[in-house]
Amino acid sequence: MEITREEIMHIAKLANLKIEDSETQKYVNNMKEILNFANTVNEVDTDNIDTSIHAVETFNRFRKDEIHEFGDRDILLANAPEQENGMFKIPKVI
Amino acid sequence: MELYELTVHELVDKLDKKEITITDIAKSYSERIESKEKDVEAFVTVTAEDAVNKAKKIEEEKNAGKIDSKLAGIPIGIKDNICVKGVKTTCSSKMLENFVSPYNATVIDKINNENMVVLGKLNMDEFAMGASTEYSYFKKTKNPWDLNRVPGGSSGGSAAAVAANMVPWALGSDTGGSIRQPSSFCGVVGLKPTYGLVSRYGVVAFASSLDQIGPITKDVTDSAMLLNLISGYDEKDSTSLDIEKKDYTKSLVNDVKGLKIGLPKEYFGEGIDAEVKKAVMEVAKKYEEMGAIVKECSMSVADYALATYYIIACAEASSNLGRFDGIRYGYRTKEFSNLKDIYINSRTEGFGEEVKRRIMLGTYVLSSGYYDAYYKKAQKVRSVVKKEFDKLFSEFDVLLTPTSPTVAFNIGTRSNNPLQMYLADICTVSVNIGGLPAISVPCSLNSEGMPIGFQLIGNHFSEDTLFKTAYTYEQNTNFRENKPKFVGARY
Repeated sequence: MEITREEIMHIAKLANLKIEDSETQKYVNNMKEILNFANTVNEVDTDNIDTSIHAVETFNRFRKDEIHEFGDRDILLANAPEQENGMFKIPKVI
Repeated sequence: MELYELTVHELVDKLDKKEITITDIAKSYSERIESKEKDVEAFVTVTAEDAVNKAKKIEEEKNAGKIDSKLAGIPIGIKDNICVKGVKTTCSSKMLENFVSPYNATVIDKINNENMVVLGKLNMDEFAMGASTEYSYFKKTKNPWDLNRVPGGSSGGSAAAVAANMVPWALGSDTGGSIRQPSSFCGVVGLKPTYGLVSRYGVVAFASSLDQIGPITKDVTDSAMLLNLISGYDEKDSTSLDIEKKDYTKSLVNDVKGLKIGLPKEYFGEGIDAEVKKAVMEVAKKYEEMGAIVKECSMSVADYALATYYIIACAEASSNLGRFDGIRYGYRTKEFSNLKDIYINSRTEGFGEEVKRRIMLGTYVLSSGYYDAYYKKAQKVRSVVKKEFDKLFSEFDVLLTPTSPTVAFNIGTRSNNPLQMYLADICTVSVNIGGLPAISVPCSLNSEGMPIGFQLIGNHFSEDTLFKTAYTYEQNTNFRENKPKFVGARY
């Protein structure tokens, strides 16, 4: 299992993370070791076996489509790094 | 004997007999936290000062007949990934250092309904990713049996606080062993309930198909009492199961005659410390003496469970942690000129190394070209794990294994080797993959005086069988007579 510096940079981009050049080699080494270990799953015979998304099979459970007001807008906004006029504030996008 | 040395059922008993008051309990724990926290460092946030005032109020109301809960005034510690309204929920991360919970987790609503007292929020590995609590952004919690060692993780603060008598019981969360392994390291009882039995509403998600909240307690009776309180259907968690509620204290029966116990041989093989193996085999012998039928069995897929677990858990984590973007809550970078900068820099500066490593791994196994080889394959192996468990539970009532391959290790010995740290979960992850319940019970000390725990795994919703099996062992043995050197008291 080989993993390249370019792949690490690509994955970091997908994950919205920045990896400094000085850290890339460490990530390459760690990821290689862990992925080699993870790759052992391919030794298990899974012919004719379906995937399981959950441990306990559950089915769609429907509820009434009713509005429940949370009620405390201020307490939610209080955690925002920046807010204005009761809204989350971000830099100009367009 | 000090009040903080008692179990919760002993405290309840004394309250009933009016030998002690609710305020006495709160004061005892406040003082205990005050004197021990500097050494154990189990708490991220202490709310104990508040706790004494709250206890006084509860006492007045109880005396006035306004409250009739037996658990009124009983203190509890909460892992810092479970939301308590108005209190910080940090997940031991810089990302959530200043996040104040806007609402209560469902388990906290249940605790508040009983008028219990939250003593504080307990340290953990950042976002519950780790097996030693060393990956906390804030502090390294110490093991009360030896302050040079880790308490295990990720619920290390919860387990250490219970073992050091700083809380009478605590809530943890378990995604791959995060309740059971630290309980084993600290010599306390930890239960991971069946997936869907306890609502996950208000616990910060790590791997949604694996996470469960559960109790960490001094003994099995307290574990059953706390599960009674926190279990039950919740419409706010779409994976919570609508099943009849059981009274688990009814399963506290001293009898294992005829109970069929399987010993899966893969859990006793290479990588399991010889002293741990010997201790757990002695537990098996004890069960035999008490009338259980103990037989070796095999779970051939067990050797692949850890790899399967890390693929699934990291994949789900990379998706769940996508929400941390520096906009609505959490850390925001100072360095930005546009929106994309906010996302990337906030995440890069706000997450610790292990969290970033797992997000990277998860993103990799879900990415185009690798999805089938890793993620899809792991989901298939998950089906195999479930099938093998189903087969074993058609023959056995419970499975007996070590909880952890070793006793608590020294601080700093594994934190730089991710794969070595992952191996600490080898005995516990299959249970989460299968959604099963499992309990870790302390059984003995190794030659260095460190606790060893054994794990009992049951079929879905067989917590009652687990409690009965664990309780019988506890009633016929005497682990709790051992005293952690540092604690200087039984717990």
